[in-house]
Amino acid sequence: MEYINLVFEEVYKILFLLVPVLVSVAMIVWLDRRVWAFVQKRQGPNVVGPFGLLQSLADALKYIFKEVIIPASSNKIIFILAPIITMTLALIAWAVIPFGENQVLANINVGILYIFAVSSLGVYGIIMGGWASNSKYPFLGSIRSAAQMVSYEVSIGIIIINVLLCVGSLNLSDIVLAQQNIWFIIPLFPMFVIFFISALAETNRPPFDLPEAEAELVAGYQTEYSGMMYAMFWLGEYANILLMCALGSILFLGGWLSPIDLYPFNLIPGAIWLILKILLLFILFALVKAVVPRYRYDQLMRLGWKIFLPFSLTYVVLTASYLFYFNLLPSL
Amino acid sequence: MVAHAIFFYVFSIIAVISAIMVTVSKNTVHSVFFLILDFISISCLFIMIGAEFLGMIMLIVYVGAVAVLFLFVVMMLNVAQQKNQWFNSEVTSSGHIPVGLIISTIIFFELIIVVGGWKYKPELSNPNTNQISNEISNTHSLGQVLYTDYIHIFQISGMILLIAMIGAIVLTFRRREGVKTQSYLKQISRERSEGIEVLEVQSNKGVKIDD
Repeated sequence: MEYINLVFEEVYKILFLLVPVLVSVAMIVWLDRRVWAFVQKRQGPNVVGPFGLLQSLADALKYIFKEVIIPASSNKIIFILAPIITMTLALIAWAVIPFGENQVLANINVGILYIFAVSSLGVYGIIMGGWASNSKYPFLGSIRSAAQMVSYEVSIGIIIINVLLCVGSLNLSDIVLAQQNIWFIIPLFPMFVIFFISALAETNRPPFDLPEAEAELVAGYQTEYSGMMYAMFWLGEYANILLMCALGSILFLGGWLSPIDLYPFNLIPGAIWLILKILLLFILFALVKAVVPRYRYDQLMRLGWKIFLPFSLTYVVLTASYLFYFNLLPSL
Repeated sequence: MVAHAIFFYVFSIIAVISAIMVTVSKNTVHSVFFLILDFISISCLFIMIGAEFLGMIMLIVYVGAVAVLFLFVVMMLNVAQQKNQWFNSEVTSSGHIPVGLIISTIIFFELIIVVGGWKYKPELSNPNTNQISNEISNTHSLGQVLYTDYIHIFQISGMILLIAMIGAIVLTFRRREGVKTQSYLKQISRERSEGIEVLEVQSNKGVKIDD
């Protein structure tokens, strides 16, 4: 009986985390389209519900009632597994995101490594989808995407090392608490910029959306997908984008901490601050999508390997020497 | 503890079955996917014995990077068809099985020697020298051992990896003639004056712009 209660308690907690994440994914798609439209002086989705807020819900309903078509020549098991893996991986990473002091589902010691590992697994959903479709465009798209994600993970890893040098712990709550005096965006500003750009590439967002470059590859790895399975890819993609925004705000923008530690700001709960920071980063993501043209593939690879990697490695050496010289290295 | 035991058996059964499936499955791409499943369940076992750092690194390095390259190679070379041929034609399969048997017997005896007969120098493998205290996390304790007692071995293994990387690049690098690559510097340092030329074109004569 005790076990059953324990399991129910965990399930309740997980639902309490996942349902808001899924709803906010739907809202964020709407926000993305609205920001995009705003930059281009259009209206964007504004018909369904107040301000068009229910547009994503309508789209989701449409996807649910559409027929799922599985190509005859595809590898059926892997074809069906691919979107499931993408969505699952995008959602399980939220387990370690702290929304406040002790407000976290799993406060594990290696939280940042967990997020990094899960996001590096995300590439499998795309490769499997592309390969199992057994068609030219999806395969090309998935290979592009895998190469791109593996490349940019390297620079994200080194940026994370920069932050870890200043914190001395792999726990996400410790990373946030280490920023009580100063947010890491100030001493590590160049790293924040590189993290932002790498996050764009890691989540296949424009200007790095080459895997699904519609002019060249139809829709990349999603070409053969339809109905609910397409919607799952799409949910996973946006959940990943939100996750990257959350990671960025935890690593550089002080997570749940309020910007000023004074009376009226203290009262606002930490989760609200974190959500505001995530929204800020997401609006930046959406703005970049609207204003920057798509990169060429060789330029993308050059940027990742020849510019970001050496620069962030140099910055690791600089940060480490600075901390060592001024005796600021965090103790155990 | 019951839940712990259940999880242990679930993960280890998945690990063993997927390891067998790597060699048994007909399609090579499926083999790689089973290998990935194997890696994941082994990293789950690592996490269960409290080595969470090793488990996560296993996921990041093996599953996130090495297995992706495996998949690339297998998908690109289209090994799937070749493997089927190996198993179908009787002429070639008789050539492969003895070699495989010899290699697996050698590995088997090596394992027996390592596990049973071999004795380390007592000061090398004294478990008491590396006591791990429960107060600090295992990432910290790993770092403390790696960067103090074993710093030279650690550095040397890093150098070996670097040399292997450089060697791989040197071996595969070749400068091909006649490939039209786009020079990034040339592209951004173009000026309007050299990029555009206005020509008077007479009718029925045309112009040559190449020279």
